[in-house]
Amino acid sequence: MAEINREDVAHLARLAHIDMSAEELDRMTGELAVIVDSIKRVSEVAGDDIPTTSHPIPLSNVYREDVIGETLTNEEALSGAPDNADGRFKVPAILDGE
Amino acid sequence: MTELIRLSAAALAQKLVAREISAVEATQAHLDRIAHVDGGDDGVHAFLHVNTDEALAVAAEVDQARAKSEDLHPLAGVPIAVKDLIVTKGQPTTAGSKILEGWHSPYDATVIRRLRAAGMPILGKTNLDEFAMGSSTEHSAYGPTRNPWDLDRIPGGSGGGSAAAVAAFEAPLALGTDTGGSIRQPGAVTGTVGVKPTYGGVSRYGAIAMASSLDQIGPVSRTVLDSALLHEVIGGHDPNDSTSLTDPLGALVEAARMGNVDGMRIGVIKELQGEGYQAGVLTRFQESLELLRGAGAEIVEVSCPNFEYALGAYYLIMPSEASSNLAKYDGVRFGLRVVPDGAPTIERVMGATRAAGFGDEVKRRIILGTYALSAGYYDAYYGSAQKVRTLIQRDFDAAFKQADVLISPTSPTTAFKLGEKLDDPLAMYLNDVATIPANMAGIPGLSLPGGLADEDGLPVGIQLLAPARQDARLYRVGAVLESLLEASWGGPLLDRAPELRPDALRSGGTADRVETSTAGGTN
Repeated sequence: MAEINREDVAHLARLAHIDMSAEELDRMTGELAVIVDSIKRVSEVAGDDIPTTSHPIPLSNVYREDVIGETLTNEEALSGAPDNADGRFKVPAILDGE
Repeated sequence: MTELIRLSAAALAQKLVAREISAVEATQAHLDRIAHVDGGDDGVHAFLHVNTDEALAVAAEVDQARAKSEDLHPLAGVPIAVKDLIVTKGQPTTAGSKILEGWHSPYDATVIRRLRAAGMPILGKTNLDEFAMGSSTEHSAYGPTRNPWDLDRIPGGSGGGSAAAVAAFEAPLALGTDTGGSIRQPGAVTGTVGVKPTYGGVSRYGAIAMASSLDQIGPVSRTVLDSALLHEVIGGHDPNDSTSLTDPLGALVEAARMGNVDGMRIGVIKELQGEGYQAGVLTRFQESLELLRGAGAEIVEVSCPNFEYALGAYYLIMPSEASSNLAKYDGVRFGLRVVPDGAPTIERVMGATRAAGFGDEVKRRIILGTYALSAGYYDAYYGSAQKVRTLIQRDFDAAFKQADVLISPTSPTTAFKLGEKLDDPLAMYLNDVATIPANMAGIPGLSLPGGLADEDGLPVGIQLLAPARQDARLYRVGAVLESLLEASWGGPLLDRAPELRPDALRSGGTADRVETSTAGGTN
């Protein structure tokens, strides 16, 4: 398996929407390289014949009756928002200004 | 009052029912204790928020209801602390993160609703590693919690606040969450009891998610019976959690009171001892085995060969799920928003918000998870880890054919010094090597105090594991081992913990009412 390098970490940080300084990228790359090196052994025992497990206790689809339950009021839903207007979440521009 | 705070929840409940004490007295005694030992530079700092007014109001309601001989829950009036990863109306919920500083949930977690329905006053919210990511509480954005046995040492994590609160007699009970050991490992290093129920046995609705297929809310206490009592309050099906099991909980309290392991087969996990385990931990572990053998249990050895891959698989699955769960902290709907200079787009706001709001460990795990899930690596990393999960489940299935309950040390070492492992993430991760397999398989686990290690005089934890849905077995074996150990010590292990702030107690006087607002945080 490939080693994780600084370029990878910079790309991953962009994907994860976390701004990182040059110093932070250096440190994170070093730490992640050690961690990735220690965990990559998992592929040693993961043979093709072994099924994957995504959930500890197998459950089939869980449904409920299609009735209106308790919901938050508009005010409650907006109560923790950094900004809101007209009963909605207010966000900065989604596209660049031009 | 000192006497009152040292009572178990069960004993406190009895005195409340007998009207020897009032719920207000019981609650105030714990609030006083919090005011005495929790704050200041060398305080325990178990609490991020103290819920004085509401706790006393709830206690007063219980007292009034009791005076009118109304039908009350057996634990009505017994106060409890709640890990600050569980959302509560009327109090802030921070998850130990700056990104949620000052945030108030508009709804209660299901477990909180059940505490309220039982009339249990909530003393406040306890400290944790940010988003429950850590084994020492040092990753809390609000400063670490200190171990009541030695204030220079870690109380474990992520639920160090809940474990320390109970160990320091600031609360008889607490709620924790356990994703890879965050209830059991703090229990081990603070000399207290902690239980991770079967996955789905306690609703996760309102527990801020780290890794949804691993997270589980559970009880924290000083005795096995107390955990069983609390488990019965919070457990059982909840339609608000689609992974909640519909099976009945089982007679947990009854199991804790049974007091008999005669003929039970107890399996020692070969792979969870030896190299990497502190000598004093292994000595205490062997003593527990001898006590159980003496009580009529059959001790057998079982092998779980794939456990050596559990830590690696965990550190792929957990960050993968966490990176997805933590995507919601984007500065839009709740929590922190950081707006960079100029006329930034929402994308730049997100990047700046998450950079400022998340701590280093959270960022590490988000990046690691994003990596494990990214195109080209998914099969090798996440896919392989999911296969290891199957292998671990098969190991447990085979082990439980030979034994009714499995046993191991909870944590390879006793509490280490604050700061000792902070710069070495991998060394920190190794603390959870014995607790992680249970989360990977969804099975229940309990940690109870096994004594003090000879070399440092610090608590050692004994872990019991049972098959999924067989939580009752943990209480049955745990209660027997606890009573045998306490008989050998001549009392509870916490009787040997150092007295916290003896001077303050003397000068303050135990009967004084101390003003308790917020001990830890500023919310």
